[in-house]
Amino acid sequence: MSGIKSINAISPVVEVKNLWKVFPKRQRSKGKKTLNIDVHDEVTISQMEKDGKVVVAVRDVSFEIYPGEIFIVMGLSGSGKSTLIRCLMRLIEVTAGTIKINDLDITSLSKKELVKHRRYQAAMVFQHYGLLPHKTVLDNVAFGLKLRGEPKEERYRKAKAAIERVGLKGWENYYPAALSGGMQQRVGIARALVMDAPVFLMDEPFSGLDPLISRQLQDELLRLQEEMKKSIMFVTHDLSEALRLGDRMAIMRKGSIVQIGTPDEIVSNPADDYVAAFVADERRTLEKTKLSLGNKLASTPASS
Amino acid sequence: MFPEHFTFHVAEQVNNFVDWLLDSYAPLFDAISTGILTMLLRINEILLMVPWWLYMIIVFVVLFATTKKLIASLTLAILPMLIGAFELWALAMESLAVVLTAVIISLLIGIPMGILMAEINSFAVVIRPILDGMQTMPSFVYLIPAMMLFGLGKVPAVLATLIYSLPPVIRLTNMGLRHVPKNIEEAALAYGATKWQLLKEVRIPLAMPSILTGVNQTTMMALAMVVVASMIGARGLGQEVLLSINRIDIGRGFEAGLSVVVMAIVIDRVTQSIAKKWEPPR
Ligand SMILES: Nc1ncnc2c1ncn2[C@@H]1O[C@H](COP(=O)(O)OP(=O)(O)O)[C@@H](O)[C@H]1O
Ligand SMILES: [Mg+2]
Repeated sequence: MSGIKSINAISPVVEVKNLWKVFPKRQRSKGKKTLNIDVHDEVTISQMEKDGKVVVAVRDVSFEIYPGEIFIVMGLSGSGKSTLIRCLMRLIEVTAGTIKINDLDITSLSKKELVKHRRYQAAMVFQHYGLLPHKTVLDNVAFGLKLRGEPKEERYRKAKAAIERVGLKGWENYYPAALSGGMQQRVGIARALVMDAPVFLMDEPFSGLDPLISRQLQDELLRLQEEMKKSIMFVTHDLSEALRLGDRMAIMRKGSIVQIGTPDEIVSNPADDYVAAFVADERRTLEKTKLSLGNKLASTPASS
Repeated sequence: MFPEHFTFHVAEQVNNFVDWLLDSYAPLFDAISTGILTMLLRINEILLMVPWWLYMIIVFVVLFATTKKLIASLTLAILPMLIGAFELWALAMESLAVVLTAVIISLLIGIPMGILMAEINSFAVVIRPILDGMQTMPSFVYLIPAMMLFGLGKVPAVLATLIYSLPPVIRLTNMGLRHVPKNIEEAALAYGATKWQLLKEVRIPLAMPSILTGVNQTTMMALAMVVVASMIGARGLGQEVLLSINRIDIGRGFEAGLSVVVMAIVIDRVTQSIAKKWEPPR
């Protein structure tokens, strides 16, 4: 698909290198909170993990996201997807490694620069929407612009346009509680759209919705992406969603990325049993199609 | 009873200490005293300027607008007429002025303290046991320090009332802020909220129902205390109760007592209905 096109010619928008996040285990006693860990000392880390002192949520992860692509991160619950995507906003401080967004190293930003990064470089959509219950749809969508300090008229003009783009015209003055889950997530998407940031971070945005609505919103996202060409990091645990949306995808397991590739590559050529189990259903349908189509599809390129 | 050679007294030392304190910080105590007194008199003046029927209209409008219950609002609006009928209106206003002064100062101190407690953990660790202690102490105890520093009169009465009524608003402001859902805070941070913006745009508005419950509780505690504080010069309805106890005049005590109850019910309903109005829409 489009992800394969001349990857080396374009520089990535997001560049993550050897990223680690080690959480101290949540303990009753509030002892030493800061955790000094040398991630290169594998022996100590695996020992501390065994002792139950730490959780390695993200382990030596590297990947790039190129302009205009939808990059999927997939894995079972607890594999570290949410931790990873939060590191890109530095909602969680990383333990080691670098994250570059448009060549700016996120991990070394000062507080002020970090606020600026969050206001202009990336916009996030959450699984549980994260809308402000005391603000109307219009004020929710305009929220990021308000934080930036844009004048009222301008932010309402932009917010109204974004609300229309996600198909919620007429709902501007309702409160989130009056909306269905699907509509609330549309508000969440409009809130991100209005920021006009180059990077979109989406953490299982459609997981909580019923399949039909979720499907609708996937289509909507593809339609919007057609116009806006953002660089999107999209976290999901649903393979069919990943295959529909993804230009490229990474499979995570216990904090590590076990395989990166186009959906085709991953389905036809899973790197290990874990990935194979993930894509098993899809492989079965593929096999069936192969059988029914004879050998026409059997020659699918299997590069990895 | 108790072995004599074990007894000793600190009364003299305490008296000396207070004298020394008053001597050395005279300007400070004077300033506090004048400040509170001016505020109190001004409030009392305004309360007496407002005609009796306007109170009823205000109570009715506020209650009806927030609860939409006609009969209940009407009943609560008419109830204060009882106080007027007993010829206790002026005394009730005198008590109300002490309550309002104490509550306003309580909120000015209490809300910022609650915010600090929620923002700074080490501050919360220090304040929490003090608040716990304050709430276990009987209201009478607060009369003593107020009286020691300001003698008898309205100013120590306001002071005792305000100290007694302070804990709930601090506690509930802190609690409201701490119970703001983490995922909502996270979303605001992800869109580039500074700490101050987070507080102003998200945390305080979402904590508002809790803060207003604190305001309600603080007001009710102040009202309870103002009766007790009549012992050191709060006057008003409390004094009427006190006098009738001293004279064993049951009827007179009943009228004054009933007036206090009416005030308490009406103020409680009004502040609660305002608090409800602030809950996030659903
Ligand atoms: N704040 C935290 N403190 C300690 N452990 C955490 C924290 N957040 C996440 N974890 C742990 O990190 C691992 C990865 O979690 P998460 O990133 O939420 O996974 P996913 O989003 O893939 O379900 C889990 O084992 C989780 O328990
Ligand atoms: Mg998750």
